[in-house]
Formats: sequence, structure tokens, C-alpha cells
Amino acid sequence: MTARALTPSQTVGPYFAMRLPWPDGPYVVPEGTPGAITIFGRMYDGAGNVIPDGLVETWQADPDGRFAHPDDPRGPVPGGYHGFRAFGRCETAPDGSYKIITLKPGSLPAPDGGVEAPHLDVSIFARGMLNRVVSRIYFPDEMEANANDPALSTVPAERRSTLVAVPAGDGLLRWDIHMQGESETVFFDV
Amino acid sequence: MTTDVTERRSPSGLVLPAYAKPPEGTHPPLDYPGYRSTALRHPKKPLVLLPQRLTEVTGPLLGDDLITPHDADLTTQHDGEPLGQRIILTGRVLDSDGRPVPDTLLEIWQTNAAGRYRHAREHHPAPLDPNFDGIGRCITDSAGQYRFVTIQPGSYPWGNHYNAWRPAHIHFSLFGRAFTQRLVTQMYFQGDPLLPLDPIYNSVPDEQARQRMVAQFSIDLTQPEWALAYTWDIVLRGREASVFEEAHA
Repeated sequence: MTARALTPSQTVGPYFAMRLPWPDGPYVVPEGTPGAITIFGRMYDGAGNVIPDGLVETWQADPDGRFAHPDDPRGPVPGGYHGFRAFGRCETAPDGSYKIITLKPGSLPAPDGGVEAPHLDVSIFARGMLNRVVSRIYFPDEMEANANDPALSTVPAERRSTLVAVPAGDGLLRWDIHMQGESETVFFDV
Repeated sequence: MTTDVTERRSPSGLVLPAYAKPPEGTHPPLDYPGYRSTALRHPKKPLVLLPQRLTEVTGPLLGDDLITPHDADLTTQHDGEPLGQRIILTGRVLDSDGRPVPDTLLEIWQTNAAGRYRHAREHHPAPLDPNFDGIGRCITDSAGQYRFVTIQPGSYPWGNHYNAWRPAHIHFSLFGRAFTQRLVTQMYFQGDPLLPLDPIYNSVPDEQARQRMVAQFSIDLTQPEWALAYTWDIVLRGREASVFEEAHA
């Protein structure tokens, strides 16, 4: 095998919605799945205006903290979660809003022996972004696990709240994305 | 499990691959004044380093259930044929180790031959083509190979600066096998006079990296009496070189 140099990233531009959204994209589990939660929010630019042409993608473990993927050596528990596809995708609406309907992930073993708190990895794309930005969504009912999470604990304490969703009613969690400003969301370098 | 990649063995026995960092200059900066829309849409605070763990080294393996037979041939999605120059676009998806990436989803979107996107917010006064949607999908084969048939896209004006025109391009979205490998990019055409003038293309700092977004014309793959052909390989992040390999380099 010969080493090859990477292909650079470019912006999704204003017209990705021709191709990338698909009708059930926000549904990580089918509508009506018992125990499903809805994570919703809005995307804001540095002037505080909503971003109406953004794309949110989520990737997460199942409720047992496992992935149906060859590089999770444990794999899912047999039987698993019917219809759970771990991946969600939602374009923002004219009011900057998105939603993802999913199951809450479990906590995960970390390679260094620690435990990761339940979380979703998020990729955010938009016109005006030459590369994706990456963030994480954590859960407000996991205070202790969050306090011990190896990623969250490397984030400056005063910024951690930008990564934790806010309870918004039964089965509803709000997570807004601020590209800049006072409450700029924490973005990660992976 | 292959043995020629870096593995990190945890106290709990969890073994994960590690994906190499992109070399400096490969990807554009998020803040790039030449592309004005970046101004309010880039993070101002420093990114926080996220070591790769389970969520980052796995990723969606989206499969055949998304694909229909016409998805890879954008010229047969309607009853009539679209206007414009028919092209074949083919290549491989690899990782930076040179390893093919099989069974991975590619999604593409583009203008028609007149430089017009089929999108509600697109106002360029060029004609729509009733026989061309400009959207495609395919899945790489076991050797990482992909192949699309489409129409040569057009150039179009945009509002970034006076007399700004985008070079002809096709948008590509790829997943690879892991969250770390996710890539959205644009493919350009060899010899396009607009390339030196385009801030999006030129946002990539390294000149050689920019060239890797440009498809090459191939007379060998061009089909006589039917369609021109271009080749373009797409390279995603690969595994880090192992300690063993470095020690013997």
C-alpha cells in the first residue's frame, strides 16, 4: 500500500439540501419507538441570527453504550434495539431549528480505563463553513457521569454547559448551537 | 483485526484504531476572509482537543437500502435526456495509508449544464433542465471504486465579491468507516480558468492539496461516440503509523 495525501475539505455551500437530507433523516429510531427522546435546538451565527442553511449530523452508541461497527470489538448485545441506526441527520429550517429523534445512549468504556458519560458526537455543516465543526451533546440527568467524563473534564469549566442539553419537557431536550459570542459552543479538534 | 495499524490497548482490553491528524495546510481554515460568509460562522474560541475514543473511531455504515439503480447515473433519472456534455466520473476512495475504503456511501450534487442548481433559494437567471436534478449517490465496491455518469456542470455567479464566479464543480459527501473520516468537499475540473480566482478553492493553503481536488481528463476511459471521462480519487484520513513502523523508518 502506498501512502496517499488527503483530499481537502470544502464548504457544503448553500444548496446541499438538494441531496443530503432524507425524509427520515432525523429519526435515529422510527417514530413512536418506546423511550425515544427528541433533541432539538437552533443554530446561531456570530451576529445572533439563526442559520437557516445548516446541517446537523449525530452519531452515538446504543442504550447499552455499544456500536454495531467492526471497530467496537464488543458489538451490540444480541437482539439489540430494533430500528436503531445510531446516525441522525437534519437540515436546519428557515428559523434555524433542527431536531433528532433517538434513544439515549449508554455510558461507554474509554481506552484508558475510564468511563465516558452518555453523549452524541455532532458534525455541523453550513454555507460559510469551509470544514465541518465537531461538538458533543451530553445529558442533564448525568451530572455525576459528566463530572467524570474524560472529554468534558478537559473543557474549561465555564464552557462545559454549552455541551449539556437542557430539559425541555417530557422526552424533550434542547441543545442550541452558537458559532460565536458569549455562549459560543465548544467545538472539538478530533 | 489487522496487525499493521496502531492499536491502543486499554486496561479493560478495549482495542481501538487511531486516525492520523491531517497535515497542516491540507484543510482550509474556518476563518477565511476571502470567503466572506466565514466571518460570522467560524468558532472564535480555540478548538478543544478530543482524543479519539469509541464514538470517534466508529461511524455510520450506510448501505444499499438508500440506493436505487438510477442514483449513480444522473442522465437517466427522467424520461428525457438532460442537455449538456455527458461525462463519466470515476475513481477510488482510499485512506491515507492507500487502503481502499469499500462499501462506503458517496452523495453528490451539482448544477446543470447552464450553471443552475435545482433549489428553491437559487436565483441565478439560467434555465432549469426538466430532465436533470443534479443529485446522485453510489456505494464503493470492494476495491473502493465508484462511478457516476452525469453532465458537465456549469459555472455560475455568486455574491462574494464583484464579478465573482464559481468554477465548475461537483459537491461530494463521504462517510468512510469512522466519524473521524467524514468529509464534504468539491471536485473541480482540470484547466478551469476560474480556479485561480476562486476563494473557496484557494482557501486550501497548500498548492498540492488544492490540486488534489481537481479531476483529470482521461482519454483512455472516454467512451467513443458517447461520453468524456474524468478520474478523481478521494483520500480520507488513515490510521496512524504504528510505533513499530516509526522505529524502523
